[in-house]
Amino acid sequence: MKKTLIIIRREFLNRVSKKSFIILTVLMPFIMAALIFVPLLLSQIKDDNQKQVVVIDKTGEYMPLFKSDKYYAFVEDTDIRPEYKTSDSPVEAVVCITGNLVENPRAVTIYSHSEVKQELLSLVERTLNDAVRSQKLRAYNVPELDKIISDVQKEFSISTVKWDKEGGETSSNTGIAIAAGFIFTFLIYGFVMAYGGMVMSSVVEEKANRIVELMVSSVKPFQLMMGKIVGIALVGFAQLLIWGIMLTAILAVCGLVFGVNIMQGAEMNVAGAAAMQQPMPELSESQEIVTALANLPYGELCLMFVLYFVGGYLLYASFFAAVGASVNEQEDSSQFMMPVVMLMVFGLYAAMYSIENTNGPLAFWASMFPLTSPIVMMIRIPFNVPLWEELLSLAILYGTAILFVWVSAKIYRVGILMYGKKPSIKEMIKWMRYQ
Amino acid sequence: MTDIFLNVQRVSKRFAEHTALDEVSIAVPRGRIFGLLGPNGAGKTTLIRIINRITAPDSGTVSFDGREFMPDDVQRIGYLPEERGLYKKMKVGEQAIYLAQLKGLSRSEAEKRLRAWFEKFEILPWWNKKLEELSKGMQQKVQFIITVLHAPQLLIFDEPFSGFDPVNAERLKREILELRDKGHTVIFSTHNMASVEEVCDEIALINHGRVVLSGDVSEVKDRFRTGVYELVCTSSAIESTPEKFEVIAREERGHLWRYLLHKFDAMSNSELIAMLARNNEIRTFNEQMPTMNEIFIRTVEANNATLNQ
Repeated sequence: MKKTLIIIRREFLNRVSKKSFIILTVLMPFIMAALIFVPLLLSQIKDDNQKQVVVIDKTGEYMPLFKSDKYYAFVEDTDIRPEYKTSDSPVEAVVCITGNLVENPRAVTIYSHSEVKQELLSLVERTLNDAVRSQKLRAYNVPELDKIISDVQKEFSISTVKWDKEGGETSSNTGIAIAAGFIFTFLIYGFVMAYGGMVMSSVVEEKANRIVELMVSSVKPFQLMMGKIVGIALVGFAQLLIWGIMLTAILAVCGLVFGVNIMQGAEMNVAGAAAMQQPMPELSESQEIVTALANLPYGELCLMFVLYFVGGYLLYASFFAAVGASVNEQEDSSQFMMPVVMLMVFGLYAAMYSIENTNGPLAFWASMFPLTSPIVMMIRIPFNVPLWEELLSLAILYGTAILFVWVSAKIYRVGILMYGKKPSIKEMIKWMRYQ
Repeated sequence: MTDIFLNVQRVSKRFAEHTALDEVSIAVPRGRIFGLLGPNGAGKTTLIRIINRITAPDSGTVSFDGREFMPDDVQRIGYLPEERGLYKKMKVGEQAIYLAQLKGLSRSEAEKRLRAWFEKFEILPWWNKKLEELSKGMQQKVQFIITVLHAPQLLIFDEPFSGFDPVNAERLKREILELRDKGHTVIFSTHNMASVEEVCDEIALINHGRVVLSGDVSEVKDRFRTGVYELVCTSSAIESTPEKFEVIAREERGHLWRYLLHKFDAMSNSELIAMLARNNEIRTFNEQMPTMNEIFIRTVEANNATLNQ
């Protein structure tokens, strides 16, 4: 045990002291924060920049419909002036309506120096469409038409409410739940692949270096294998922890700088909880998101993430260790890696399709099958999975992981001392029976 | 009765296609250098791995220091594998301390001893260098130090001189002899028969998984006496004498004559010298002892011939 600890210590320290690890670990939160904040920043820049659009309406019917907003200022004119055509004109575009659009739908054109922006195009289209439609309807002479139209055009949105065990109402947001599930799913997928791969290349390196012969004259192969697997897992946890802390700190700082108050979330949470007592349909959308965020089962998510991460990693890492021990060079490992990568990608797809029906048969079986369960289950947890399913899936996962560790240790023990040709699966099975 | 430090008895190891060791027994006396010889593929590496507890024998027993071989005994063994290898990207000092810790030394003790060895070999500046920055010969020195750092009672050197220049090989040989004189038991595996004669006290020769020759080096050489003598004297008139000796070759060297004689077993060396000295002035009288190289080749070839029959 003491020797295993010495090995874990070396595997851990050796990796976290590497320059590449430090750089990646420190930079990644900034990149992630940038991914969140740069679009936000850019959208704020756009606010200050109202663009001028000239409307030439020969009919005089449509101009009043164009309402200037913070993005576009609509200005009326009678003719296309020569200065609009110069390339340094401050006018973004010219909308020219030459006739009644009900009679001639092609009587509108937009002129511009650059490609007309999609949002401007759709704004103009929408505005004119509405006008044309109500004009046409009016032609049927329906009484109280305006009232009917305004009644029909009332916008609505569906708010989703989830019943908890006691039948009480909690606000939920499917989008947020999907996003949370996806983040954890990708974290598990990415970490198992990256750190499992690290175990394999480390085993291959030791074998190719021939240091392994010296190592196993001091420690048992099982100690060496487990020391490596655990040491590398700790590197993964350290990285996750650093990312978590740094990302929170960076987001908090950025939030203050850009005026997005994260604390607001907590306050709204309280308000949201109060609102939960009596259904309040007027809950604004942003409030709804915040409440949904606050209602995610964080404790369960984090606990399950750790459990599935450890189980899935143990399973795949021990497999990778056995593969690493069996081959002589990194390149030889591809024949063994292919099926594993395919399984994991299958898991990822299963996770994506499970979103549509998180309690359907695909989601259920894929979250029971131990090779895909860590990936698929993570996406289901925000949608409240029955406890017995979680426990059963974990039991299968850990049972399989222990079996994999046991089998891998047997293959590893023989494989690390075998040089020469690449072994077949049959030979590897034979190794398991060696003394 | 010699004090046997490591006793391997009737050890066998079979792999899928072949038998690597077939009832092999060797007895390594305490404080001696034991040469483990044999052609490639004879089973030496398998035997060494069994002694290192890297693999377990299918049958047979190993006793260590007069008692049953225990898992923790690996801490009292130092092993220099034929295929050298250390972590290329790891600093030399750190690496040596790590490997010594795995042999049961405390960190501080390992550091202290390593410093002493580095001073002895005058390589202290290498401490914080990565292994890959050192030349191959330097790496070999580091690996030797790592092997002996935890002062193990049993040392196993597999081809220790390969990769060393003659000066450093000599230095290493002195170190190995010094370790023996301090009471360490050494198993020495090599194909270099000249070094066997210089270093080993006892040998065992393995061929096709069996011990075909073993014993004290001088005693083994005695067994292979050919009864051929070189004689240089002033007389040209030495002739074969029935039941005493016969002349195999004769050549003139200036005013002296050189003979090769074959002595019959009935006669002792002293009697032969007395007989020859009667009428001659003897300049050289030299029994032609077989070299270990010859013994090796003759034994292996004879053994292969019987196996092929």
